[in-house]
Amino acid sequence: MRLKDAGELITTALIKTAGYSAIVFVTMIFIFLLREGAPAVTQVKPANFWQLRWYPIEDYFGILPLIGGSLIVTFGAALFAVPLGLASAIFIAEIAPRWAREILKPLVEVLGGLPSVMLGFIGILVIVPAIRTGLNIPTGLTAFTGALLLGGMAIPTIVSVAEDALDSVPRTYRDASLAMGATRWQTIWRVTLPAARSGVLTAFMLGIGRAIGETMTVMMVTGNAPVFPTGLGALFKPARTMTATIAAEMGEVANGSVHYHVLFFIGIVLFLISLAVNLAAASVVFRQRRRAERILS
Amino acid sequence: MDRRSAASLLLLAAFSLTSCQPSQSSPSSIAPARTIENKGSDTIVNLALAWAERYQTIKPEVRISVTGGGSGTGIASLINGTVDIANASRQIKEEERADAQANGISPVEFVIARDAIAIIINPENPVERLTLQQISAIYSGSINNWNEVGGEDRPIVRLSRETNSGTHVYFLENVLRLGEKENKTLFSTDTLLLPSSEGITAEIRQNPNAIGYDGLGYVTDEVKVVAVAANADSPYIMPSADTVNNGQYPIARDLYMYTAGEPGDVLKTYLDWIMSPDAQLIVRELGFVPLLR
Repeated sequence: MRLKDAGELITTALIKTAGYSAIVFVTMIFIFLLREGAPAVTQVKPANFWQLRWYPIEDYFGILPLIGGSLIVTFGAALFAVPLGLASAIFIAEIAPRWAREILKPLVEVLGGLPSVMLGFIGILVIVPAIRTGLNIPTGLTAFTGALLLGGMAIPTIVSVAEDALDSVPRTYRDASLAMGATRWQTIWRVTLPAARSGVLTAFMLGIGRAIGETMTVMMVTGNAPVFPTGLGALFKPARTMTATIAAEMGEVANGSVHYHVLFFIGIVLFLISLAVNLAAASVVFRQRRRAERILS
Repeated sequence: MDRRSAASLLLLAAFSLTSCQPSQSSPSSIAPARTIENKGSDTIVNLALAWAERYQTIKPEVRISVTGGGSGTGIASLINGTVDIANASRQIKEEERADAQANGISPVEFVIARDAIAIIINPENPVERLTLQQISAIYSGSINNWNEVGGEDRPIVRLSRETNSGTHVYFLENVLRLGEKENKTLFSTDTLLLPSSEGITAEIRQNPNAIGYDGLGYVTDEVKVVAVAANADSPYIMPSADTVNNGQYPIARDLYMYTAGEPGDVLKTYLDWIMSPDAQLIVRELGFVPLLR
């Protein structure tokens, strides 16, 4: 009896530690980022930060082109990964026969495990030339190429998580809907999907999160020219993302220099952007749940 | 900086220790006769490392530790007497030489290899030759179409190495700014910054709009090399081991090693070996231009 108690105590403590350590790690990462990035705010004049030229070896630290580059690549990726991912998830969960589903789901998950550097290689050798000749633009190293590949990387995440969410909608919901005379499509669109909404939203956010944080592929195919995007045309021009900048420059920067602190400051901006994306998703999910509870009570 | 160089020193120490193991039958019995400390230019660091590794197989009793940090760092260490050889991708400055004299050290210069930058374009591009001024105007953004330099009516796509590459800085100072100290010209913001030589070659191979530059040794047959003239009145010169060594090709520089005073026995044997055909073969493998005798 006592032994069982002790075992339970230890297990609870272990689980608690694991749970809290996640929070501790995130806090520590943020404190570290702040410590290394905050000096940049005093070392670089605001006017230098909010300008359009990024050329750190001559002390031009305009981060606007980098933020713009990250946003346009991520936006482009979401633009086609979200509808495509959702459609595949619906097909796998609701429409495909059982045998097809058992092949498709693992296949999509394998796709999600592809190393990004490999995708970058395929991008350079196949997609970049195809985009240049296909769209008749000066170079194929563009934000669009990056968006295409990032979208391709985000799709497996979106499909896998969204499919799980759709799958966990109780069978009775579909049966009830079909019994009321709704067609299969109406059932999917009006009943199953809304019921799985929080899981599907999480899928979008995870997919977009993967896209905004991805480094290797974008560094290889977006051309890395720090040009501030103005309008949708910028999608078909080269762009430089925040992640690629940090990856390309961190290796050679002198520890403790202004450039070093600015790179960490970019890290903070990146961190805040993903935090904002997650908070927005969480608030939508939370509101949804409250509404559902009200209806059920 | 300190933490970083300390870490790389540790790494190197680990490397040299492990790489020594196979060549020595009983590691503890043969104590190294001498350790050569070699520090400086990041442009040369890989070359110096390759030399050190090869030399270790020939003379296991000599240990060579190589660190980067930049030409200035290397020369400063030589002045402080903490290294035996300083690597530099530029000549020692007057004030550095004066500092060294004040410390009782007279640096001796050795040219150990040469570095040339080739301007490369797609083989389909009919342009054969450019002046330094034209290349500068292309990269600063004032020439935007190939027909302005005698080519077809095509937009110019500029490719460059990342800002952390030594080649980027050399190109900025000596081509874009034409070697003028007061010249503050910058790269056009739409210059594509690619992280590797392979990235530049891959894009130029398939894009007739592109222009790029890279170390002469990295140039492959899949791209076309442009002849370069120092100005409109000078002859256009194709880069090659010959034109670089006789100083005709305008985008080339010497790479140096400096010792504190005339080198002693161990150092002299090492430096002599560096000038040997065997060692100069490694120069070619790493993308630089070997010395011709």
